[in-house]
Amino acid sequence: MAEINSNIPEGELTEKWTKFRSSVALVNPANKRSIEVIVVGSGLAGASAAATLAEMGYKVKCFCFQDSPRRAHSIAAQGGINAAKNYQNDGDSTYRLFYDTIKGGDYRAREANVYRLAEVSANIIDQCVAQGVPLAREYGGLLDNRSFGGTQVQRTFYAAGQTGQQLLLGAYSALERQIGMGKVDMYTRHEMLEVVKIDGKARGIIARNLITGELERHFGHAVLIASGGYGNVFYLSTNAMGSNVTAAWKAHRQGAFFANPCFTQIHPTCIPVSGDHQSKLTLMSESLRNDGRIWVPKKKDDNRKATDIPEDERDYYLERRYPAFGNLVPRDVASRAAKERCDAGYGVGASKLAVYLDFAANTERYGRIEATKQGIHNADKATFMRLGREVVKEKYGNLFDMYAQITGEDPYETPMRIYPAVHYTMGGLWVDYNLMTTVPGLYALGEANFSDHGANRLGASALMQGLADGYFVIPYTIGAYLSKDISTKAIPTDHPAFIEAEKNVKETLERFVNIKGSKSVDHFHKALGKIMWDKCGMARNEQGLKEAIVEIRALRDEFWRDVRVPGSLDEYNPELEKAGRVADFLELGELMCIDALNRQESCGGHFREEYQTEEGEALRDDENYAYAAAWEYLEGVHFNLHKEDLKFENIKVAQRSYK
Amino acid sequence: MNLTLKVWRQKNSKSAGKLVDYQVSDISPDMSFLEMFDVLNEQLINKGEEPIVFDHDCREGICGMCSMFINGRPHGPKQGITTCQLHMRSFKDGDTIVVEPWRAAAFPVIKDLATDRSSFDRIIASGGFISVNTGNAQDANALPIPKRQADAAFEAAACIACGACVATCKNASAMLFVSAKISQLALLPQGQPERYRRVQSMVAQMDAEGFGNCTNTRACEAECPKGISLENIARMNRDYYAAKFASEEEV
Repeated sequence: MAEINSNIPEGELTEKWTKFRSSVALVNPANKRSIEVIVVGSGLAGASAAATLAEMGYKVKCFCFQDSPRRAHSIAAQGGINAAKNYQNDGDSTYRLFYDTIKGGDYRAREANVYRLAEVSANIIDQCVAQGVPLAREYGGLLDNRSFGGTQVQRTFYAAGQTGQQLLLGAYSALERQIGMGKVDMYTRHEMLEVVKIDGKARGIIARNLITGELERHFGHAVLIASGGYGNVFYLSTNAMGSNVTAAWKAHRQGAFFANPCFTQIHPTCIPVSGDHQSKLTLMSESLRNDGRIWVPKKKDDNRKATDIPEDERDYYLERRYPAFGNLVPRDVASRAAKERCDAGYGVGASKLAVYLDFAANTERYGRIEATKQGIHNADKATFMRLGREVVKEKYGNLFDMYAQITGEDPYETPMRIYPAVHYTMGGLWVDYNLMTTVPGLYALGEANFSDHGANRLGASALMQGLADGYFVIPYTIGAYLSKDISTKAIPTDHPAFIEAEKNVKETLERFVNIKGSKSVDHFHKALGKIMWDKCGMARNEQGLKEAIVEIRALRDEFWRDVRVPGSLDEYNPELEKAGRVADFLELGELMCIDALNRQESCGGHFREEYQTEEGEALRDDENYAYAAAWEYLEGVHFNLHKEDLKFENIKVAQRSYK
Repeated sequence: MNLTLKVWRQKNSKSAGKLVDYQVSDISPDMSFLEMFDVLNEQLINKGEEPIVFDHDCREGICGMCSMFINGRPHGPKQGITTCQLHMRSFKDGDTIVVEPWRAAAFPVIKDLATDRSSFDRIIASGGFISVNTGNAQDANALPIPKRQADAAFEAAACIACGACVATCKNASAMLFVSAKISQLALLPQGQPERYRRVQSMVAQMDAEGFGNCTNTRACEAECPKGISLENIARMNRDYYAAKFASEEEV
């Protein structure tokens, strides 16, 4: 049985990263020129890593399946990015960001990694501003902050509702600069389909040129997986249509352990499903909870229009249940509370699977402030609303427009209808302190790894982690490995390991088109998504999970017998791409259920109905489950559990309370 | 509702293409335009035909991947949205809808409705950045930037590089796209050291890619899903002339 070692440096928590950076082995500039690094993915983590490693002098190859690195799904992140700058003088500090993140993650993340994340958070903001990322500013010219869930300070930096876009374009411009200088070879419309291992180390990949269908062999001294999360296993999620687990799953099949796969984040504020045709779900940023109030009618099956329901007949259930944090409780708590109200029969809208997110109160408040500023006295409510609407428009205009476009309703006039949806995956490839997986030379960055968010991620922390990993962590930690590898010459790609890997990939692709079955790839994807959402979604129980495992195995079996993939291998064939991704989801889905079944406790986004407090809150079992579950892939889709015990030396583990 | 679609089918970049008619029925007004295409593709697969290839990814109007020329307009009949944000309630029962790919020499068709827009990446690589390596940055608040300026830079930076501006322009000009990036960086103090070098290198690359020039018909501004203003082109031209007269550089 392979052992896992998290390689956390010795010493005080606050000193670990500083000491590590000062003592980690370096690679001299002349040697860097002959070392090649492969980066799979071009989102915040991938683009920032590729650009930074190239700046340092490494030869970098970067791969993405989109037509440009700028289209990676980080682009869609809306609300913001956290950093412990304490610009608002509200008592923020590195320790507080660390503490909030560990607590928000329900004490299932690794202390040393999270502390490092909090330490480098401030550098990220500096770096992005230097790149020309236009973050929101106050009239004095200094940066503005907003509040996000799970914290009581304002540490979230933002660019309207397009923070991810602006940060990604910053990283993309840094990447394009290196491409222009010939230091990064960029492979767009390419998909990684295998990790090539030589003598137990990751030494390259097999990638498919999606336009020509050609399989390509690429050598690298190290391979970095920055391919994002696996939320699309649920079919419907806020992820992009192309987001997939394939790169991470191929790494997993080659020996990289997969940690905490059942930790998925269901985001409380998404636009509800409107029908069977639905292909994806759209998020309404968490920042809206900052200015909106969430409620349902006090009466069951109340069919009146939202605006006709008087104040005292509304149940602001988050404010009622969690007076200290109110509408700003963490995502897992808010999602479960919405589900609870809807399940109890208080949901709104045609499907009854929605709650209201109402901006009226804050619009009026902003209007009053605006009226005072403009010297308007004794104004009526309509004037306040009109003035306030302008303020709300400036803050969230693009989100309101998006809502109006999708639903056909005007959110300035009537409250938004929202419901939880799959958004982010905390689980991912297991990595040590250096972000290396259990395969030497194979790294995982950003959402693709498991390390920093425990069982629940706080809002505005994904952008922080992606950029921390890419700009500030991997450039140092990769030196520990590559410094020992300087005498390794580039391995020619006619090495038997490359030939073998390419052959396997080709056989799998041929298998897809030769099945010539009767059902489309989407049919299987939708069926899998339904099983996952019903039985491994917001609430899980032993019986459901056991059923799900049986159903997924049967579905996988049927997929390999009856899927229909039109077209051929040597052309641009999106159905073939989808088939490969769904085949991997069909294995991952089973592992998620196995992991959820194994974890007999509730924590963060993982809610087992059998384990809850009398008030319906998640009930952890620190005695038996204070570990990261790292799963090893065994031949024939079997999985073997390894445990990384989590030690909390700097934080007192407590029942999470937002009351 | 029931619709007739005339869709551009083209096997690959080398072969000729043509419009092919398809019928779709029972389309819900709540569907997005791309979901209607999903329904059509599912039909085609079930009939044993090849589905229509089209670019799309985030389906929330921000990645810039989707790119359909619908009834003669990029991203369809509505203003300020991308194709993925267009919903079928914008059409009525019995409509005939013509769907073509972006048309521009610098955006060659890959297959059906998918085009190659890598020329945009090469333009950015030629100068659409601030040369600052990771680790060199000063404290973010050490350099206050007036809100108005920061907001204007943000508005220019909202471009999603979808290419609608090029597709709709009779000259297939990319000046709205190029000028948006030049403006964003020219409006910010961080962008000043490279300001005039940048405008020269990016314009040179834009010309090398085969994009046309601007003749002020303003179609790009009218069709831009992100409301990028024509002012940016004026700013780019001003900087370009200033650079050529006062500080011409070999780029």
